[in-house]
Amino acid sequence: MSRAKKPKAPAHGTGKVVVTGVCGRLGKRVTRVLHRTRPVVGVDRRPFPDRPKDVQHEAIDVRRKKLKDVFRAGDVEAVVHLGIMHDPRASSTEHHSWNVEGFGKLLEYAAQFHVPKVVVLSSANVYGPQAQNPQFLTEESPLLGGARFSEIRDLVEVDMLAQSFFWKHPTVETVILRPVHILGTVRNAASNFLRLPTIPTLLGYDPMVQVLHESDVVHAIECALRPGIRGIFNVAGPEPLPLSRIIKILGRRRVPVPYSLAKPMLQRLWSLRLTSFPPPELDHIRYVCMVDDARARTVLGFTHAKGIEEAVLSIDGEG
Amino acid sequence: MAVDRAVGRALMASLGPDFEERLAKVPLHLGPSGVDPFGLDPEWTKFALAGAAFLHRRYFRSEVFGAENVPEGRLLLIANHSGQLPLDGAIIGAAMFMDVNPPRFVRAMVEKWTQTIPFVSTLFPRVGQVIGVPENARRLLSRNEALLVFPEGARGISKTFDHRYQLTDFGLGFMRLAIETNTPIVPVAVIGAEEQYVSIANLGGIARALGMPSLPLLPQLALPFGALPLPTRYRIYFGAPMRFEGDPDDDDAVMEEKVWLVRATVQSMVNRGLKERKHVFW
Repeated sequence: MSRAKKPKAPAHGTGKVVVTGVCGRLGKRVTRVLHRTRPVVGVDRRPFPDRPKDVQHEAIDVRRKKLKDVFRAGDVEAVVHLGIMHDPRASSTEHHSWNVEGFGKLLEYAAQFHVPKVVVLSSANVYGPQAQNPQFLTEESPLLGGARFSEIRDLVEVDMLAQSFFWKHPTVETVILRPVHILGTVRNAASNFLRLPTIPTLLGYDPMVQVLHESDVVHAIECALRPGIRGIFNVAGPEPLPLSRIIKILGRRRVPVPYSLAKPMLQRLWSLRLTSFPPPELDHIRYVCMVDDARARTVLGFTHAKGIEEAVLSIDGEG
Repeated sequence: MAVDRAVGRALMASLGPDFEERLAKVPLHLGPSGVDPFGLDPEWTKFALAGAAFLHRRYFRSEVFGAENVPEGRLLLIANHSGQLPLDGAIIGAAMFMDVNPPRFVRAMVEKWTQTIPFVSTLFPRVGQVIGVPENARRLLSRNEALLVFPEGARGISKTFDHRYQLTDFGLGFMRLAIETNTPIVPVAVIGAEEQYVSIANLGGIARALGMPSLPLLPQLALPFGALPLPTRYRIYFGAPMRFEGDPDDDDAVMEEKVWLVRATVQSMVNRGLKERKHVFW
């Protein structure tokens, strides 16, 4: 990015970035890439032991007033919001106040201190897997993820908050990224599911799924931080494959379970705290929830680097 | 597996030498992993086509008329729907593959609720069937595929025997799609499917309670092998392509006029087919 070309916004693309949720596995990856070209301030209440020397870490809760000091220090040129809580075990009040209230605060400060760029990492799960889904959902599709799965309503609300911010503050370049299932060393439901030694599937159901390697998500965030980029982007990686083929790539054993048996079993396991998968997530291995990523490929300039095999096999890697 | 293969070979052999030849010629849009983004798998599709071709050539011994009317490039096949089970779709697919030159692979738009049925929800996408929403249809037509639509939907297939060959109301969606994507409509009449299962009543209340679109009462199920369709002789008529122009977002009233033209064409093709037919079974 040459500074000379953009005299009006000299700092664009090189100034200080505030990254929330920086201590998660994805946050660390984003930090490691971004700090090479620009100053990074990480916000996360968790510790950040192996942080690069030049990265500033603020161990604060995004809901606290102290967050304002990060912005008050000045020169914040972009906010990357990764700090969305996905823990299905957290109480719903805690979950909601963290995700919605905390994000609301972040947006408020971003507007108050005239941050020119806000990037939010939402998810393609906000569309929700459903029998009547078109094969490829565009960015205009309704966010129905919460219809059967209440825990995802927070994420839908975060996405909506970002959308309304987009209209309220037209001078800010707001970018909402909706990546498909992210695979890698990250501890998300999709990766955890594929990490099971024996993978249960639903008998007679084998939906097409899209996956994306975590390093490609980082690349998408980099693309989103480029000056001039704004809007909502579905982000998908290599071509979609049936779930069974993905499990075959891993070489793990697959046990098909009838849905009528799987649902009560998972409910029981969930209530006994023996599994980290909430029962409504079964829909993800039952129905399609795939996105059309044409806009990301053309407008955002995103291309994935990791193929399907590499992405799938990366779940067993060391991070 | 060995048995599977033997059955497969016997099936292929019964279809004549042109089956493999046509299979090699049919255009599929596969990704690098050998699967199409809608879930079509060529291995499954081969067997589905062989099965459909077997029904077409041997079981129903269908006659095909007007195969030369099918144009190249994207097209919408609009057909009457009948027969309780969607075998008419399979036979149209087989006719497009076995009797039309060059062979075409047809993708049908299926009911959304089929996705909730185990095995069916896997089988349909693997053999190229697509959930019937306009977004999917648009995407397929933009890839110049041949799409089969039954505008009567579940109303048509679940007709009782006393209403056979009387077309029910057509949906308007296909016309908006055809105008928007500038796609020719090929009217198709299917004769013979109405008699494969004789339905004397439709238990709508129970069907609704079970979440199914219909539940026909079929006396033939009491007979030995009654679950098999009666081996009627199918007659498939492909009509001349129809093209429509205008605004795809026009009023329903304007659309209805155009749809009425297609419906009348299909109905008159059905009537002519019935007149030409000498016997239900041969």
